[in-house]
Amino acid sequence: MNPVTITIDGLAIPAQEGMTILQAAQANGLYIPNLCNHPDLDPAGLCRVCVVKIDDWKIAISCKQPVKEGMVVSTEDPEVQRVRKNTVELLVANHPMTCLTCERDGNCELQRVARYVGLEPTDLNRYRRSVRSLPMDRSNPFFEIDHAKCILCGICVRTCDEIQNINAIDFVKRGVASLIGTMGNKPIAESRCESCGECVVRCPTAALSPRHRVQPMREVKSICSYCGVGCGIRLGVRGDQIVGVQGDRENPVNGGSLCVKGRFGYHFINHPERLQKPLVRKDGELVEAEWDEALDLIAEKFSQHKGEQFAALASARITNEDNYLIQKFTRAVMGTNTIDHCARL
Amino acid sequence: MAGLATALGSGAMTNSIAEISGAKTILAIGTNTTQAHPVLALQVKKAARNGAGLIVANPKKIDLCRHATIHLQHRPGTDVALLMGMIKVIVDEGLADLDYIATRCENFEQFLASLAEFNLDAVAAITGVDQELIAAAARLYGSEQPAATLYCMGITQHSHGTDNVWAIANLGLITGNVGIPHGGVNPLRGQNNVQGSCDMGGLPDVYPGYQKVDNPDAQQKFEAAWGVKLSETPGLTHSEIFDKIHEGTIKSLYLVGENPYLSEANASHAIEAMEKIDFLVVQDIFLTETAQLADVVLPAATFAEKDGTFTNTERRIQRVRAAIAPRGEAKEDWRIVTEIARRMGAPGFDYNTPAEIMAEIAALTPSYGGITYERLEEGGLQWPCPTIDHPGTPILHTERFSTASGKARLMPLSFRESAELPDNEFPLLLTTDRSLFHYHTGSMTRRVEGLEQLVSEEFVKINPADAAHLALVDGEMVQVSSRRGTTTAKTKLTAVCPPGLVSMTFHFAESPTNMLTNAALDPIAKIPETKVCAVRVEKMTA
Ligand code: SF4
Ligand code: SF4
Ligand code: SF4
Repeated sequence: MNPVTITIDGLAIPAQEGMTILQAAQANGLYIPNLCNHPDLDPAGLCRVCVVKIDDWKIAISCKQPVKEGMVVSTEDPEVQRVRKNTVELLVANHPMTCLTCERDGNCELQRVARYVGLEPTDLNRYRRSVRSLPMDRSNPFFEIDHAKCILCGICVRTCDEIQNINAIDFVKRGVASLIGTMGNKPIAESRCESCGECVVRCPTAALSPRHRVQPMREVKSICSYCGVGCGIRLGVRGDQIVGVQGDRENPVNGGSLCVKGRFGYHFINHPERLQKPLVRKDGELVEAEWDEALDLIAEKFSQHKGEQFAALASARITNEDNYLIQKFTRAVMGTNTIDHCARL
Repeated sequence: MAGLATALGSGAMTNSIAEISGAKTILAIGTNTTQAHPVLALQVKKAARNGAGLIVANPKKIDLCRHATIHLQHRPGTDVALLMGMIKVIVDEGLADLDYIATRCENFEQFLASLAEFNLDAVAAITGVDQELIAAAARLYGSEQPAATLYCMGITQHSHGTDNVWAIANLGLITGNVGIPHGGVNPLRGQNNVQGSCDMGGLPDVYPGYQKVDNPDAQQKFEAAWGVKLSETPGLTHSEIFDKIHEGTIKSLYLVGENPYLSEANASHAIEAMEKIDFLVVQDIFLTETAQLADVVLPAATFAEKDGTFTNTERRIQRVRAAIAPRGEAKEDWRIVTEIARRMGAPGFDYNTPAEIMAEIAALTPSYGGITYERLEEGGLQWPCPTIDHPGTPILHTERFSTASGKARLMPLSFRESAELPDNEFPLLLTTDRSLFHYHTGSMTRRVEGLEQLVSEEFVKINPADAAHLALVDGEMVQVSSRRGTTTAKTKLTAVCPPGLVSMTFHFAESPTNMLTNAALDPIAKIPETKVCAVRVEKMTA
C-alpha cells in the first residue's frame, strides 16, 4: 500500500492508499462524528453523520470515501455543519430523553455526536416526534432490546453477519416502521441467536444492553476459564464480586471476541454454593472442619499410602503452576508416577 | 496426543489460531467447532467467507455445515477409511507434494503400499459417503494450499483414535501442509488448560515438557532438582487407576478439580471405585457429584481468585490474574499442595508465589525455558520458548520435525471397526458432544442462571425417521440403554443426526450419559471410546 498525504482542516496527515477518509482521520487521532461505523466492520454509509467536504466542493460521507494524494478535507465547513446537525436532529427526534438512568450514559455514541454537533434545547423540539412505543424484547437472559433507543445504524446486524456469521438479526419492516428483529420477528431467544453478546458490546446506544449490569469499580486482565481457545478477558470487579466480563481487545487470540460462556458465564464465581470450608467425613456424613484438621488427616493417610497405593488425578481446569506442584508432589513425595487427568484431549 | 507425537514429534497444534482465517482450505473433522470452540470457529467462518474451501467431515449435520463447501457425512468410526481414501485420490491424481515428501518425510514406500486397500469403492462402502464427494474433497485439499486440518474429540475418543490422528497427519504431510503458515495439523483442546496440564507432566509417563520418566537423563535431572529418588516406572492412566482401586492396590486417591462421576466413560465403574476406596480427597470449587463421595473435601479458589498461567490450544502461555480474594476459606490449589507436602515433612515446597513455581518450571522444562511472568505481560508466548530472548514459536516444524530423525513419519494404516457396533438388541449408535451453553460436567455453567434458562436439560437428538419407527414424539421422555447402563432424557427430533445415530451431551447430572458409554481404550493413547457406542432408545416404562 502506498503512502499518501491528505489535509484535514488544514492539518497534513499521513495515510495509506485504500484507506477511507474516516480511517485516516481515526488513525491520526482526529474525531469525525459517526454512528454506523465500527472498526471491526465494513463501512456501511447508513447514518450519514460522518459527512465532510472534499476539495472545497463535494459533500461526501467520509466512511466510504477513499483517500487520494493531496486531497483537501473539511469537517467544519458551514455546509457540512448544517447537513450533519440536521441528520443528528432527525436521529434524536424520537429518542427517549432518559439519559440519566440509561445503561449507556456517559459511554453513548449518540450522546457524543449530539454534543459534538452542538445540539441546543430548541433544536430538540424542531422535529420532535413521540418516542416509539414498541415492546422491549426481554426474552434473552443476558441482554435486552429496546427499540425506542435504536437508531437503526445496523451495527448489530452487520456484527452478527460479518463477524459471527450467524445472521440471527436483520432489519425487519421498511421505512418508518423499520426495526431490528429476528426472522419472523419472533423473540430473540427463539431465533438462532447464540447469545454471544458481540452485537451488544458494539451497539452505539442502549438499544441493545446487558441485563442487570453493574458498573465495575476496577478491571483485571485475565484469561477465560472455559475452553482451550483461551480468550483474553477483563474481569469487572465491584467490591469483592465479579460483576462482568469484557473481551480483551489487545489479546492476540480473540481480539476482544467472546462466546456466551466467556462473556456471561461468570456467576458461578460468586455462587452461594461455593465451598468455603474444608469438609471431613464423620460418621458417614461430610461435615465442616478446620483446615488444620483436614490437612493433618490427609498428611497422615497419604503417609500410609505411598508408592503404588497412591494415585492423583490433576485437572485440565487449574493453572500450570497448580498442575506442576501436584505432579511434583505425586512423584517426589508420594514416590509414584501415577498421576493423570480426566480429559485426555 | 500420543499419535501426533509419534508422527511429528509433538502432540500439539502445529499452527496458531489467528492463522486459520488465512487458509485456502480447511478440513474440520470430528470437531463441532462452533459449539465447543466458538471464538476459534469465527476464524473458520471468516476463512469460508473469504472464499476458502471448507470441508466438514462429521456424521452429524453440525452448524458448521452451513458454511461448508463439502460435507462428508461419514458413518461414525470410519475416519481412517475416509482420510486414507482421500489420500489415495491425492496420490493417484498426482496432487501429492513429492518434493516435500522426499525431503521431510520417511516411510513413504510402506505407506504407499498400505493405501492399496483404500480404493474409492471400498471407502464409499465403509464410510457411506458418495465416491464423487470424497474425490472432490481430496482434490480441494490436495490443490488449494495452504490447507489446515482441525480436529477434536470426535477423532480421538475412539478405540482406534491414534490411527485416526495418524491418518490426519498423513493427509497433512502428503500434501506438504505441515510446517507452513496457515496450514498444519491442529488438535483443538477441549478444556481451558488441557494443554498446560499435559505440558506440566500431569501424565503418568512424562515429567514436565514430555521428558520421559524412564529416560535416565531426565530422571537424574529431576532427582537433582528435587533432591529425592524418583521412580523410573511409568504410572497408571486414569482408567487403569479405577481398575486398581477395584483390585484394592490403590488406597488413596487425590482428585483435583475433576468430576469423573459424570465425565468418565462407563461411569458406574469409576463411581463404584470411588465409593470403595479407602481414602478419597477431592479438591474443588463446588460439592460436585464426585466430591460427595469423598472422605475429605478441600475448598479451592477459582481462576478469578488466583495468579498463574494457562496454556491454550495453540501452545500460548497466558497470565491468569487474581481479581478478588478466594471465597470464604478457599485456597489456591498450589497453596493447598504445599501445605500437604510440608505437613508430610517434604522439602522443596516453600513457595510464596506462583511466579516462584514458574521459575522452577522454566528451569526444568526446555520448552518453557524462556517463560517469566514479566515476559507474559504482553499477550503471552507460544512454546517452544527455550530461552529468555526467544520470541516463542507460532508454527511448529518449519524446518525440521521434533522426531529423532528430524523427519515426519508417514504411518501405514488399515481400517478397523469401532469396538462396539449396533446390533439387534442395541440398534442405534450413540455419540457424545458438547452444547454451546454448557461446559464439561456442568459444575460451573449449570450454576449460571441465564445459561440454565437457555438450556437446562439433556436431549437425545434423534432423526425423525428413527423416532417415527419407535413411535416417539418430540420432547418425550425416553429411556436410553446400553450394555453398561441406562439413563433418561427428552427426545429432540432433528435431521442433525442421520438415521441410526443418536447424540447426547454429558453436562447434566440428571441424565448421566457416561453411564452408557464404552470404556474400550485406544491401545496407545488410552482414551476411551466415548464417541461411539451401541444403545437402545425406548418409551418410558411407567
Ligand atoms: S440495536 Fe443498536 S446496533 Fe442495532 S441498529 Fe439499533 S442502535 Fe444500531
Ligand atoms: S448475541 Fe450474537 S448471535 Fe445473538 S444477535 Fe447478537 S451477534 Fe447475533
Ligand atoms: S470465550 Fe468462549 S471461546 Fe473464548 S475461551 Fe471462553 S469459552 Fe472458549
